[in-house]
Amino acid sequence: MPPSAHAGRVGQMLLALAVCMAMGKALLPPGLIRPPDWLILPFADWINAAFFFLQNDLGLMAVTRAFSDVVDWLLSVTANLLYGKSRWPNLGPIPWIVVAATAFMAGYALKGWRLAALAGGTFVWIALMGQWKWAMETLSVILVAAPFSVALGLGTGVLAWRSPWFDRVLNPVLNIAQSLPHFAYMIPVVVFIGVGPKAGAIVTIIFSVPPMIRMTLLGLKMVPEEVIEAGKMSGATRWQLLTRVRIPTARSQILIGVNQVIMQCLAMVVLASFIGMPGLGQKLLQLLQSLKIGLSVEIGVTIVLLAVTLDRLSKAWALRLPEHAEPSPHWLGRNRLLVIWLALCVLGVVLAHFVPYFLEVERKQALSVAGPIDALMDRFIRLIAPVTAWLRWFLITWVLIPTRDAYLWMPFSAVLLLLAAVGWAIGGVRSAAVCVAYFGLIALSGWWDRAMITVYTVTVSVLIAALIGLPLGIWAARRPVRAERVLLICDTAQTFPSFIYLIPVIMLFGVSDVAVVAAVVVFAAVPIVRYTIEGLCSVPPELIEAADMSGATRRQTLWHVRLPMALPTMLVGANQSVMFSLFMVIIAAFIGTQDLGQEMQRALSTTDVGKGVVLGLAVAFMGLMTDHLITRWSEARKRALGL
Amino acid sequence: MKHARMMLGSAAALALFAAAASAADSTDPIMIPLHNWSSQIVVSHVVGEVFTSMGNSVEYVTTDSQAVYESIRLGDVSLEMEVWEGAFGASFDAAVAKGGIHAAGAHNAVTREDWWYPSWTKEACPGLPDWKALNDCAALFVTPESGGKGRFLGGPVDWLKHDQEKVDALGMNFVVVNAGSAAAIWAEIGAAEKTKTPVVVFNWTPNFAEAVWPGEFVEFPTWEAGCNEDPKVGMFPDKIYDCGNPATGYMKIAAWDGMKDKWPAAYTTLTKVSLTNAQIAEMAKLVDIDGMEPEDAAKTWMDANPDVWKAWLN
Repeated sequence: MPPSAHAGRVGQMLLALAVCMAMGKALLPPGLIRPPDWLILPFADWINAAFFFLQNDLGLMAVTRAFSDVVDWLLSVTANLLYGKSRWPNLGPIPWIVVAATAFMAGYALKGWRLAALAGGTFVWIALMGQWKWAMETLSVILVAAPFSVALGLGTGVLAWRSPWFDRVLNPVLNIAQSLPHFAYMIPVVVFIGVGPKAGAIVTIIFSVPPMIRMTLLGLKMVPEEVIEAGKMSGATRWQLLTRVRIPTARSQILIGVNQVIMQCLAMVVLASFIGMPGLGQKLLQLLQSLKIGLSVEIGVTIVLLAVTLDRLSKAWALRLPEHAEPSPHWLGRNRLLVIWLALCVLGVVLAHFVPYFLEVERKQALSVAGPIDALMDRFIRLIAPVTAWLRWFLITWVLIPTRDAYLWMPFSAVLLLLAAVGWAIGGVRSAAVCVAYFGLIALSGWWDRAMITVYTVTVSVLIAALIGLPLGIWAARRPVRAERVLLICDTAQTFPSFIYLIPVIMLFGVSDVAVVAAVVVFAAVPIVRYTIEGLCSVPPELIEAADMSGATRRQTLWHVRLPMALPTMLVGANQSVMFSLFMVIIAAFIGTQDLGQEMQRALSTTDVGKGVVLGLAVAFMGLMTDHLITRWSEARKRALGL
Repeated sequence: MKHARMMLGSAAALALFAAAASAADSTDPIMIPLHNWSSQIVVSHVVGEVFTSMGNSVEYVTTDSQAVYESIRLGDVSLEMEVWEGAFGASFDAAVAKGGIHAAGAHNAVTREDWWYPSWTKEACPGLPDWKALNDCAALFVTPESGGKGRFLGGPVDWLKHDQEKVDALGMNFVVVNAGSAAAIWAEIGAAEKTKTPVVVFNWTPNFAEAVWPGEFVEFPTWEAGCNEDPKVGMFPDKIYDCGNPATGYMKIAAWDGMKDKWPAAYTTLTKVSLTNAQIAEMAKLVDIDGMEPEDAAKTWMDANPDVWKAWLN
């Protein structure tokens, strides 16, 4: 239903009512200010009871443990190959020089010299910095988790495509799964699987599977009818149609799904180490614990490099169209790259056999840039300490404390009405109902005050991020080269492990809400900048020319042509910004907050499944409500623009 | 019930079998948990090396330091080298009550956790370490969000340190702000050091911080048994929590109940392990100050102190 004048009027009336209730707070019965005790439902107890039933009475524990034994076996194989853990097949460790050569050749085969240099260079960096064993521990888990996740996602995607009923059930589940904070997944995994590398692998699989399902489904739905007709005419069975026609046609989407799986796996590297994933993440947390910032930045760089390499490799693979070149008559001619690779591997193994440096660079021989990084950091903090002290005082006194008090002062009934008003104005009665349902459930869960603190942190952070991100995006979008550079910085900022940001912001702002907001702003600003650039750059040049011809100044073109045209794309950025903030605000509990994140941390350390899931859902509902409102609004804007 | 008896029966049979096989240790790896502070990691590696030298296989797994007791109970993890009274006593006791875990030994070390300040704070407030002097200096610790009172940076809420109760009971002019992790406390001290800003934070011993930043604990009224529950005990007759934390907490070693039967020789060795504060601090220093890897630090320490660990062997 498009927003009509009528919807606008109902929205205004609801808004007026909400304002009245807030103004007349003193007259309201206490039951309308905070949910009364009898209204609060013990969701956590119900979930715990359900889990207890699954775990003990249904014997699901045996199933999950059996599954985890399979994962465990695979993990010991990769662990042996990559870092020489004493397990079957007892072949490893593969010398680093061989892995680096393999990455180099893969890059060359997929896209040429530049990708080859990036891929090979990444592994050389890891080896020379003495991080080989940690990185291989991480990769040994990802090498198991990613294929599992791809297979699981492909299978579920096909099922959902075949059965519209299953698709309808799956869609909301995926929506919730993609907006649940990471920690909420981990508690049930600890209960069912325990701790250790296998738990790390399984939590990574669970976290990375939703995008694969979505992309498979999308790809299969996009297969043109003509292709299928052609398949049918050549007499393919249903199974052949699926495996030989549909999936190959949907190749690009499915491979983008694979790319997403790999990126999600890397995003879990640090978080999964809370439940025993070994490697880079675990080392990073240990280093931060003893305040070794330089060394942890080195690990952060490694994680970014790995992410960029795997991202570029898998994208190159996804976008490469099958070539049908004239087959060369000689076997050697057809398999030239394979032969070079095999020769390099043999050379590498021989080299490593005689020179141990090429097998593994020990920590003592490793290069390090930690010293200069620490010194730089120290200089920087001393230099801007007066500015940050003032900023901390200003934000706390004039922005954060008043906003926070206002959010906590609001009666919950007025907040619900306010959301209903916003929902009604944007999407009519249905959106109003969606908003009230999501926040109503949060009120019923009994975590209202903490949820409001989370909402307050996210609101302030997204606003500050917009204040920084919008001008930056507009400035960057003026020149293509500049845009490319800023987008690269965005990618890096986003893949850099979030935990490393926490220490510098505490050093700058102390343990306070300012530090929390600063850490969240980093993540909230990235999508705003990115989608502003993409939105502005994709405005059709004819429109801008038309504006120029009618004598518009640069400012007028920006305000009246480019920004309105880019708005739907920018709204996608705003949506992601809220999502990223919600994830980050939970992680910022490690700075010290009083919101849902702090309780989530507590639930993890006491392995309280019910509480963790309830808190996770509360955060997910905030994200889903924002997503619903922004999507609706963006659709309306697109219709208005005739896009 | 019948089931339980059968399991007990088979466990007993297994134990007998194990005893009959001249108490040979199982070839399954002994799972040793690692947490995110260095002394625990090094101590765990030292013990792991000793087990390896006895012919056992050992594996290390990183876990959460509170959730580990549940894992030990279930046998997923075999032991825990550092059970601090103040930080983990509650989780440990809860796990013991559920069954499956017990204290296999104790270190000859005392642990202390309380309000603490780095040395430059004392220059600004010379009356320290007395808590009344600290209270008189409260103005030094004011920050924008503390509302005119002094700010004390406590540990994460789930450490259950009752700092706010202490402030209320002693009528101190302070507010408690809870950090979200130990790393947050170190970052705060590290930043304060650059500008020599006075801070008072939660800290504990033994740990690496004492080597990086010299400092002292605040002296509160001495802890007596019952001070936290009985109003009559302690400084004020009508207040609870009117005292400091115990200055001599235990540090135990926990083990899975099944370890005794599965790896009898390793278990016997484990019961003999006992380290002092100085030894634990030395191990932490090798990693945190000298920048060694925990594995190398463990080997270095063992090379330097062979008589200590050889005494644990049978």
